[in-house]
Amino acid sequence: MSVTIKEVEHIAKLAKLSFNKDEMDLFTKQLNEILNYVEKLNKLDTTNVEPLSQVIELANVFRGDTVGKTISTKEALKNSPSQMEPYFKVPKVIN
Amino acid sequence: MELKYETIIGLEVHCQLLTKTKAFCSCPTTFGSLPNSNVCPICLGMPGVLPVLNKQIVDFTILMGLATNCTISNKSIFARKNYFYPDLPKGYQISQFENPICSKGFIEIELENNSTKIIGITRIHMEEDAGKSIHDLDIDTLVDVNRCGVPLIEIVSEPEMRSSKEAFKYLSAIKQIVTYLGICDGNMEEGSLRCDANVSVRKIGENNFRTKTEVKNMNSFRNVERALEFEIERQINLYEKGESVIHQTLLWDANKNVAIPMRSKEDAHDYRYFPDPDLVKVEVDEKWINEIKKTIPELPSKKLKRFITEFSLPKYDSEVLTTERDVAEYFEETIKNLNLKNPETFKLASNWIMTELLRVIKEEKVSIRLLKVLPINLAELIDAISNGKISGKIAKDIFAEMLLRGEKPDVIINKKGLIQLSDESEIEKIITKILDENPEVVVKFREGKKQLIGFFVGEVMKLTSGKANPKIVNQILLKKLNNAN
Repeated sequence: MSVTIKEVEHIAKLAKLSFNKDEMDLFTKQLNEILNYVEKLNKLDTTNVEPLSQVIELANVFRGDTVGKTISTKEALKNSPSQMEPYFKVPKVIN
Repeated sequence: MELKYETIIGLEVHCQLLTKTKAFCSCPTTFGSLPNSNVCPICLGMPGVLPVLNKQIVDFTILMGLATNCTISNKSIFARKNYFYPDLPKGYQISQFENPICSKGFIEIELENNSTKIIGITRIHMEEDAGKSIHDLDIDTLVDVNRCGVPLIEIVSEPEMRSSKEAFKYLSAIKQIVTYLGICDGNMEEGSLRCDANVSVRKIGENNFRTKTEVKNMNSFRNVERALEFEIERQINLYEKGESVIHQTLLWDANKNVAIPMRSKEDAHDYRYFPDPDLVKVEVDEKWINEIKKTIPELPSKKLKRFITEFSLPKYDSEVLTTERDVAEYFEETIKNLNLKNPETFKLASNWIMTELLRVIKEEKVSIRLLKVLPINLAELIDAISNGKISGKIAKDIFAEMLLRGEKPDVIINKKGLIQLSDESEIEKIITKILDENPEVVVKFREGKKQLIGFFVGEVMKLTSGKANPKIVNQILLKKLNNAN
């Protein structure tokens, strides 16, 4: 399995990242190296093995429907680069 | 022209669950709180926090699954749906992809011609809501994340609806079921019930589906029907002109009555789902399912049929009375409290609820349970009408008093001396007096102006403050007026 530069561009776009041509080449090469390494796992026969979505063998960890503590609006907004109390402020999303 | 085409609609319905807390953290779900006040590090998507599932959500979803004939999966997992939007702080929505908790169900809808149709339910899964973006400002978008993490179920139907009417019926049935179950308030205007539609058309006889579009932003029942009709017509027109339909998402604009294509988002559908490593699997065994089965109330379709057979009500009445569970239960409680139980008094109770009570709750936008008129008191009022103690007209005045002060009808009747006057000799005395005082009107009546009976009835009512039994008044009047001829 390997990825093309087109696929790397696609993934970058989904992650809202932009790179120049040299970076793209580099990342494509690096990602392929990683994929090739992981490829080794394919040597194992996994027929009849259920995919594992969780490494801990636990099920049904729940909380009851009881209201707990919240944090204040001030605290919530504290880490954001831009705000207009009591809202977070971001560049316009739609026109 | 449209007859050559067949419509194919599938709906995705999102219901906000009526839990006290969010899906994966203990923040309250209260609607209308100050912006960004129902938040904590978990729903704000801070690094390193761990979501823990609210059990109530699983209970509610299983309940909905059972009520819609679904198979409940004994093992289900959560997945991350990845996309970037400012109102989704984590950069992914926790949802279910493989192994949803409910699948392969169906509900029955009723068509115009009284026949029924089965609409398949592909799946019902649990997920969390996103926050709210406010785009009113000129240069910025404001974000309120109170709604982030509020639990939702998404109910996905099979593409089995063949008209906007059927889609409307299906959506109404879903709303009715979730509100009967008490798991969602079903309010489309406030967004606690939301609906997206997948729409395509094809020539009748074709076997394959043509390209579908997705219609969103239909925030009322009326809008759903209108938006679908608009989109069906748009697609047919394109094909008739020899053009093709492109796969896209359209947003319904309720002010302009048009569906506008959303900006192209060719990559947006690449959500890169993968199992959420922060959440463990949910395993549901028979015992759990059986416990929930016991809590399923009588569902609307069954109740409707029972009202027709048990109370001999017309289908229309039964439909109106069973639309909401509260109203249906109010009716049944009224019936239970009646002294005189027969199809006539049942119909009388139905009439009172349909005309008077439903009018009031619609005007005042309150639940029937919040009215001061209790079912037991309504039953007393209906008994008083059916045993002739009061007239239907007086009953309306008493009802108005009951609405205001919640008093029992008998108390009002006694206090105001409103008992219907049915004593024939007394009524006859009054009528004799009126006829004596109005000889010229009597003459005109006898000459053929029969509509003057109304004048005499009016006079009797004036003298008795509306308490005279109208049936007896009419009998005696006619006897006296006609006898002398």
